[in-house]
Amino acid sequence: MLDENFRSVVAKPDNVPIVMMVYLAGYFWWLAMYKAIKNDESTENGAPTFEKSESEDKVFTWPDLVFSELICMVVLTVGMVVWSIVLKAPLEEPANLSVAPNPSKAPWYFLGLQEMLVYFDPWMAGVVLPGLIIVGLMAIPYIDTNPRGNGYYTFKERKTEIVLFLFGYIVLWVQLIVIGTFLRGPNWNFFGPYEFWDINKIEPLVNIDLSEIIWIKMLGVGLPSHWLPREIFGILLMIGYFIVLPVALTKVKYFKRFYDEMGGARYYTGITLFLTMMLLPIKMFARWIFNLKYIVHIQEFFFNI
Amino acid sequence: MQQLKDLQKAIVKSQIWKSIFRVGIPTDNRKRALATLGNVVLHLHPIKVKKSGLRMSYTWCMGGTSFFLFLVETITGLLLMFYYRPTVEYAYFDMVDLREVVAFGIMRELHRWAAHAMVIAVWLHMFRVFMTGSYKPPREFNWNVGVILLVLTLLLSFTGYLLPWDQLAIWAITVGSNMARATPLLGHEGPGAAFLTLGGEKLIHVGSDARFGLIAGRTIGGGTLIRFYVLHCLGIPFVAACLMAVHFWRVRKDGGISGPV
Repeated sequence: MLDENFRSVVAKPDNVPIVMMVYLAGYFWWLAMYKAIKNDESTENGAPTFEKSESEDKVFTWPDLVFSELICMVVLTVGMVVWSIVLKAPLEEPANLSVAPNPSKAPWYFLGLQEMLVYFDPWMAGVVLPGLIIVGLMAIPYIDTNPRGNGYYTFKERKTEIVLFLFGYIVLWVQLIVIGTFLRGPNWNFFGPYEFWDINKIEPLVNIDLSEIIWIKMLGVGLPSHWLPREIFGILLMIGYFIVLPVALTKVKYFKRFYDEMGGARYYTGITLFLTMMLLPIKMFARWIFNLKYIVHIQEFFFNI
Repeated sequence: MQQLKDLQKAIVKSQIWKSIFRVGIPTDNRKRALATLGNVVLHLHPIKVKKSGLRMSYTWCMGGTSFFLFLVETITGLLLMFYYRPTVEYAYFDMVDLREVVAFGIMRELHRWAAHAMVIAVWLHMFRVFMTGSYKPPREFNWNVGVILLVLTLLLSFTGYLLPWDQLAIWAITVGSNMARATPLLGHEGPGAAFLTLGGEKLIHVGSDARFGLIAGRTIGGGTLIRFYVLHCLGIPFVAACLMAVHFWRVRKDGGISGPV
């Protein structure tokens, strides 16, 4: 907090909730896992879970529930009022469409999507992937057929579900928001936590497409002029990833278990959503290691993956 | 002192008082049940709840916090509407007035910070519901209602972001709405839109695509402001309130706060 550059970013009133969210997400992650492991230990010893030991016990809504609600409301009201007195809501210069601030940032809860723009075209990062996040969340209860772990904390009984969800929620969503807020400066360049946001920082643009890697670098010939032969490798790769891979995985012992338990429809829906989610970290690593820009780049139809 | 007690007795026994409050301070179980049943707000609750569902360490109180923050937003938003005019001429200067002139000038702060807090609270609520497996049968449908409410929360916050009409507002909405250009089929820079033609004319162009519909014009302007204002103050809250009623109703009908079966 003593560093000037660090403070100017973290202490911006609109960024305070994100700092708060980082701590809250961390704390509740710990709390959920702590309670889950406690419960797993009791089940192992043949004892009921903590929730089970109390769920038969019923108490009256008045006064037990009503008064705890009242106390929560009072505490929250006080908290909100103090927060509002201490921090002023930001108000910048009047709107002016001819003067673009640098960086221009979306509202903070969409910065994960804006950060994805680095790795994907807008139609993927702004439309398809957010749509699939919503569809994927809604599909969870219908894909997950595991009857255990309903209504109590547990890790042992639903390891896969929890690991996948935490990966999507904490590693991808929360982390991308944090990167987009605190580490992206002018021109959406990456800046370290204590670095000065220099508007003149220059990052060389060396990103290349998969077609260029294969046709030019590996085969040593120019790019074919028609898009189909040019992008054929990327298209085949995507077909392999989304169509061949899910089928092939049913032959692997670990994944076959899911196929047998869930049935075909649930398995293919689930794995397609999972592979779409994994496309993001895969493209992030491909960018960092190979400077890969697009796997399929058909500019003719604005179709870039 | 005796006179005060007599006065209190007289008030509590009067016809007016008794017509409003049917039950006094509950002293036995029957009256405790009646206190919950006879009150329009409290009767959303069951008469009795599982002790495990009362624990803060189980629920994290995040569902209730989300709803409470929604109420805070409604009240402060209503007060702000007395001052704010959603036109390009006035919007920004009404903001300055709200900050500099209006008495008890923390309504805008309350509104903004409660909005941010609500986004976080709704996320954490979803996190808790997932970690306790509370989306599993019979609660699949209510999880879906919850996901839609989460999206509506984000849209409420997004539409509200434009209203101050300052640089932060329009550029955030510009960045956000630019993505709609690239909607497959429906955005003029989206894949597939080039195939939608009628007699050689493009159906999807910059003046007819999804972004145009969202911001009511080719650039952010007065049309966008009124559109976002109406959605922010009426459209989305109305839908959200209806869905919240369904959400709470289903919590009751699916067996109250989740617990081990």
